[in-house]
Amino acid sequence: MTKTYKIEVDCANCALKMEEAAKGTKGVANATVSFMTQKMKVEFAEGADVDSVMKDVVKACKKVEDDCEIYL
Amino acid sequence: MTKKQKKVLYRIIISAVLLIVLRFLPISGWISFVLYMVPYLIIGYDILKKAWKGILNKEVFDENFLMAVATVGAILLGDYVEGTAVMLFYQIGELFQSYAVGRSRKNITALMDIRPDYANIENENGELEQVDPDDVVIGTVIVVKPGEKLPIDGRIVEGSSTLNTSALTGESLPREVGIGDEVISGCVNLTGLLKVETTKEFGESTVSKILDLVENSSMKKSRSENFISKFARYYTPAVCYSALVLAILPPLVNLLMGNPVNLGEWVTRALTFLVISCPCALVISIPLSFFGGIGGASSRGILIKGSNYLETLATTETVVFDKTGTLTKGVFQVVKIVTEMSEEELLSLTAHAESYSNHPISKSIVEAYGKDLNTSEVSDIQEISGHGVKALCFGKEVAAGNEKLMRTMGLSVPQPEEDGTVIYVAVDGSFAGYLVIADTLKPEARKAMAALKKVGVKKLVMLTGDKKNVAEKIASQLSIDMVKSELLPADKVTEVEKLLAGKRKGKALAFVGDGINDAPVLSRADIGIAMGAMGSDAAIEAADIVLMDDNPEKIGLAIRISRKCMGIVYQNIVFALGVKAICLILGAIGIANMWLAIFADVGVMVLAVLNAIRCLYIKNE
Repeated sequence: MTKTYKIEVDCANCALKMEEAAKGTKGVANATVSFMTQKMKVEFAEGADVDSVMKDVVKACKKVEDDCEIYL
Repeated sequence: MTKKQKKVLYRIIISAVLLIVLRFLPISGWISFVLYMVPYLIIGYDILKKAWKGILNKEVFDENFLMAVATVGAILLGDYVEGTAVMLFYQIGELFQSYAVGRSRKNITALMDIRPDYANIENENGELEQVDPDDVVIGTVIVVKPGEKLPIDGRIVEGSSTLNTSALTGESLPREVGIGDEVISGCVNLTGLLKVETTKEFGESTVSKILDLVENSSMKKSRSENFISKFARYYTPAVCYSALVLAILPPLVNLLMGNPVNLGEWVTRALTFLVISCPCALVISIPLSFFGGIGGASSRGILIKGSNYLETLATTETVVFDKTGTLTKGVFQVVKIVTEMSEEELLSLTAHAESYSNHPISKSIVEAYGKDLNTSEVSDIQEISGHGVKALCFGKEVAAGNEKLMRTMGLSVPQPEEDGTVIYVAVDGSFAGYLVIADTLKPEARKAMAALKKVGVKKLVMLTGDKKNVAEKIASQLSIDMVKSELLPADKVTEVEKLLAGKRKGKALAFVGDGINDAPVLSRADIGIAMGAMGSDAAIEAADIVLMDDNPEKIGLAIRISRKCMGIVYQNIVFALGVKAICLILGAIGIANMWLAIFADVGVMVLAVLNAIRCLYIKNE
């Protein structure tokens, strides 16, 4: 399953960092962040609980870039 | 400017003023240090904080870290002005970048802003009510006032108007519509009030599909973008370690050789090195270029589903076309009437005889007649399947159909050398003439082929299920290099695979089609281009690029946009890396100072961003 989230991030490099962080989160099969459209597309692993996985994704992203925002 | 940007702007101004004032104050020693720390911290506190957080999170190497180390280092060496100035310029660069990117994002999204906010529905009292388009069920009659966007696909049940389709197709000529016409969402109603019965849900409507497609396009990253993100991952640590080596190794060697150590000098060089090395210019300008290219293309009615396709499109060498619906209009038209009586009369009799049939050929004859049919004058209609139709029109016995029908009536007919379908007509038992019905070329087709050759496409190929003589005639009209006719849908895939095997490495093959049966070929080709307005959903789904107005001329334009965009991407890569490499060397050997370093970082970034914005604009030819 794939879902798209609106995000807010200031710089392109930070977007890359968020992408890496999201990809590394458990339950995420793949993730892409578009700095230009300010969107994050997350492909969830089979059977993953979307809500709890997204909480972890937000946490992971905040860790690498603390003034980013993901609108769930 | 956003709030955040304004805040940064104020900090820049305050800190710049303070810095200038301090320059002219007769201060020295620790007082000077304390005073200079004020502008430094005003401008740099967030960078220092981010760098510190990065270290805590083991995400050490990023531009914040580079800037923090370089400026703190400069201050420790006593260069208060330089340390503060570097931070100041860095922030100016970041602000400019964020502003420029924000602006171009706004511009591009404005180009693509076709999302309707509401739909008007008439309630029981006959008043109009605005509802969320998502809540409108299929079959609802919605009202579209002049000046409003059509929110949902449907069919007009009342009213007539002209529609501006430019948001969808890039075509500026308004389209006339009336009762019974299918209309697609995203068009703007210009003149009259329309009542439209919806035929799709909002989520399935053209406008939603297009938005979805465009918004997701930057998610598919190109090789260049992936190269940059990989590059950034190794580059920053590499630079940091080099700087460390630069700061330690030469003094150490000096120490061992018994020369003066000069630690301060080498540390300064190492810090300069760090400032130069910031990878911002690349990291920001490459995705911006692609986004600009995709945005510019979509404003011309060309939807590109990803930056990777833009990249591949630029290398297109072979373009393969499906015939019907792509190069031709895909609708049958009467192209010739041959008769002893007046053409008008023959057409009128035939149109009346065919008036009850739903066959596309019958419809094309009725359409060619163009006047209202007097159906009360038509009786005794007999449809003879596989042959044609017989009817009594205006008291005359009219028979219209193929050669077989004429033969059963004992009539012999001429064998015209025509491409297309011939409909023979007999009136009162004797042969009266014939009509030729054929698919006609799109008016832009010839120019489209010329444009493709001009942008350097080597080979134009046409694949069709149609008869050989028809296919070859069209091919020669359009100066197409290679034709394969009488193909079944599966044969098209085989043909394209053969062409794929034969093409040069690093060059792409594009396939242009519109039908359901084109979907496999569209996905097999390097680049699949679908006709959007006419194409089947399956074809649009399978394609990488969609031409909203079915105009084959747009293929050449798309290739030009992709080439320009890739050109800018390469310029930026070479320019940014080149300037940095030169400055790094100059910095290492001590020629470049901190000020040059700032130019290498901020200046290159500003120029790269400005260059990237050029992707949005493409000349007409």
